[in-house]
Amino acid sequence: MCSRFADRALRAGLVVLAVAALAACPRERRTFHDSPPAASPAAESAKVVRSDSGVSRQGPYGENAYALNQGKQLFAAFNCVGCHSHGGGGMGPPLMDSAWIYGFEPANIYATIANGRPNGMPSFKNRITPQQTWELVAYVRAMSGQGSKAARTNRSDEMEVRSAEAQTTTEKPVLVAPPPTVTPPAQEHP
Amino acid sequence: MRLSTSALCIAALSVTGCGLDSRRTPAGAEGQEPHIVLQTSLPAGGTGAHIDAAATAPEDGQWIRPAKDFASSRFSGLKEINTSNVASLKPAWTFPTGVKRGQEAAPIVVGHMMYVVTPYPNLLYAFDLSKPGASVKWMYNPKPLTSSQGEACCDVVNRGASYADGKIIYATLDNNVVAVDADNGKEVWRTRVGDINKGETMTIAPLIVKDRVIVGNSGGEMGVRGWLKGLDLKTGAVKWTALTTGPDSVVLIGPSFKPFYEKDQGTDLGVQTWPGTTWQIGGGGVWGWISYDPSLDLIFYGTSNPGPWNPEQRPGDNKWTSTFFARRPETGEAIWAYQMNPHDLHDYDGVNESILLDIPWKGSRRGILVHPDRNGYMYALDRTTGEVVYANPYVHITSSDSVNLKTGELALNPTKEPKLGKTVRDVCPAAPGGKDWQPSSFSPRTGLMYVPHQNLCMDEQPTAVSYISGTPYVGMDVRMKPGIGGNRGFLTAWNPVTGRPVWRIAEPFPVWSGTLATAGDVVFYGTMEGWFKAVDARTGALLWKYKTTSGIIGQPVAYRGPDGKEYIAVLSGVGGWSGAIVAGGLDPRDSSAALGFVGVMRDLPTVTPKGGTLYVFSLR
Repeated sequence: MCSRFADRALRAGLVVLAVAALAACPRERRTFHDSPPAASPAAESAKVVRSDSGVSRQGPYGENAYALNQGKQLFAAFNCVGCHSHGGGGMGPPLMDSAWIYGFEPANIYATIANGRPNGMPSFKNRITPQQTWELVAYVRAMSGQGSKAARTNRSDEMEVRSAEAQTTTEKPVLVAPPPTVTPPAQEHP
Repeated sequence: MRLSTSALCIAALSVTGCGLDSRRTPAGAEGQEPHIVLQTSLPAGGTGAHIDAAATAPEDGQWIRPAKDFASSRFSGLKEINTSNVASLKPAWTFPTGVKRGQEAAPIVVGHMMYVVTPYPNLLYAFDLSKPGASVKWMYNPKPLTSSQGEACCDVVNRGASYADGKIIYATLDNNVVAVDADNGKEVWRTRVGDINKGETMTIAPLIVKDRVIVGNSGGEMGVRGWLKGLDLKTGAVKWTALTTGPDSVVLIGPSFKPFYEKDQGTDLGVQTWPGTTWQIGGGGVWGWISYDPSLDLIFYGTSNPGPWNPEQRPGDNKWTSTFFARRPETGEAIWAYQMNPHDLHDYDGVNESILLDIPWKGSRRGILVHPDRNGYMYALDRTTGEVVYANPYVHITSSDSVNLKTGELALNPTKEPKLGKTVRDVCPAAPGGKDWQPSSFSPRTGLMYVPHQNLCMDEQPTAVSYISGTPYVGMDVRMKPGIGGNRGFLTAWNPVTGRPVWRIAEPFPVWSGTLATAGDVVFYGTMEGWFKAVDARTGALLWKYKTTSGIIGQPVAYRGPDGKEYIAVLSGVGGWSGAIVAGGLDPRDSSAALGFVGVMRDLPTVTPKGGTLYVFSLR
């Protein structure tokens, strides 16, 4: 009876120690719940990050492998793949190259996803939460080799259509002009 | 040792297609020669096939609609340019359209005027052919919404305008049908018939029959609900709408509807053959070609693929997607229908052209329409009943075995059925089909059809997809590759009487331009590298070629100028689905880009830049 109690106490102590040891390890932080989009306007979130230079380089999730993978799933689930494919583009521009029309900083990409852009990019702010938007931002940047390399995935679960994000060479992102608005010659009337 | 290995490989290739299971291949299709003769005994008088007499007219030197006549022959009776002198063809004048996207439109010629529609922003140029250098008389800008560019699946193309009643009529990318005074360029009417927020766009060239302007929508990749509409030629008012899916009442199926095959008979099949309410987002757009037989008073057209591409999300036949319809032009009432691809698995739209021909058949003559379907079969359908007269492969097919002429059923190859979590390999033809939108022509002098098409296969894997209004609804990763022989395109001369190819020309890239046949026994077509070519209509021998500034995916036309001379006109400017890698500046590292087309077009940017130039050629 007594020895049994001691055994139990020892076991419990070990568990406590193990938990304490685990807790001491640096871990990536996962947030599983976030307020709905209406409670936290997209513009507000973007502003917060822009004012914090420490975060703006990567966005809040640029080094977070879990968030990056969430972003990858969201990229398929919200039909981003339909237009941008797996980064090579289609109806929309490619995302895995170094050319950016509306800016490559996390805040720019956040604004693009949340508010849309005039040449066909729809607004997603009423469809996804700011947290999901930031996860998408992290994944979109990872496609062109931006953000932490260690956090980027090394393989895809689907049929291989391109090399994984971790293999993507990082090129210096550059701003390019949006597709030119056609200005036809002045109309002549007889 | 090396020699014997390669000899063995060639032997293996001819037997098995080196890894591709060779199920149905037209004789000779394995060859790699640029020009392949399959059948040498073409009778001097032609095959005996003629254009439906009621659906064509004597040559008047004009080209008032993209398909030339109601039979969609794209045949010009002009013969000043012929096999003996075409080698000296030279550019007479050129015009940069200012829009560097895929130029798929056919130039339209009415009297001494020519009209050209550009891709988005859908400018309409009017050229006065009687002035030196064919000066621009006016330009009309319909100002489509910029956001419509993000709803167009496969480049922001437009397939052209049609002329009737003093008006040039065409559809804009943002779903406006506009009628413009052909003389002064003033807008006569404008009708908005679709909504880009639902993923709808328009790329179709209207067909004008009597006082109806007939148009349809694009968006089979966006979860739209397809339709065909008849607008009033005078006012633009919508007189009827025939939806592709839904109950019979909205598909305009009534007592006159008599489908030939049992598989297409029943009540409200546009609802019953879908799970739940998915028919409301089931695709079936109408963005291809419409023909008209005045003697039967029937229009013929096909509907697009069902949405999403992932077939596991829509068990059932998915009627009336990937279906050929005959309807009355005045009312839209359906007369017959034949579903080529029930429960389509591979994006085989049914929208390709139909050429209305009369052929000798079992001792008498039979009125047929010939339709090269995306699924790889050339269908000859009876124009009156919709019965399949024959359905023979014109490309290598692994996705199915045959078409049963008794039941009309397509015998699918079960090993090529896409399943979630599984990669299906070597599906032939690939998603764009044995042939896509690019229209064929027919010459009554040779009795042959000139069919521009692809030679592509693909690997594919479905993914779960949710419907979000205005975004793509596809759910399939695709990786295309060249078909047997390695060349990605063909121009095939098809005997519509025997249902066999006669000769074919192998092209490195898909032949994404239309073809033009003339009474000079010359066939014109363009290549994605930018060559504009003239070949002998009887033999396929190359007679002339000219390198334009960009890949050609447009529709060549012939006309008689005010000076009495024959001219050949075509737009150059690569793009469309196949050329999206160049037109959209896509990244070649992602095989799945542009719905899987980029992987098989990686070398296109090295051979052609973007472009947008009208070329007009003549003898001088």
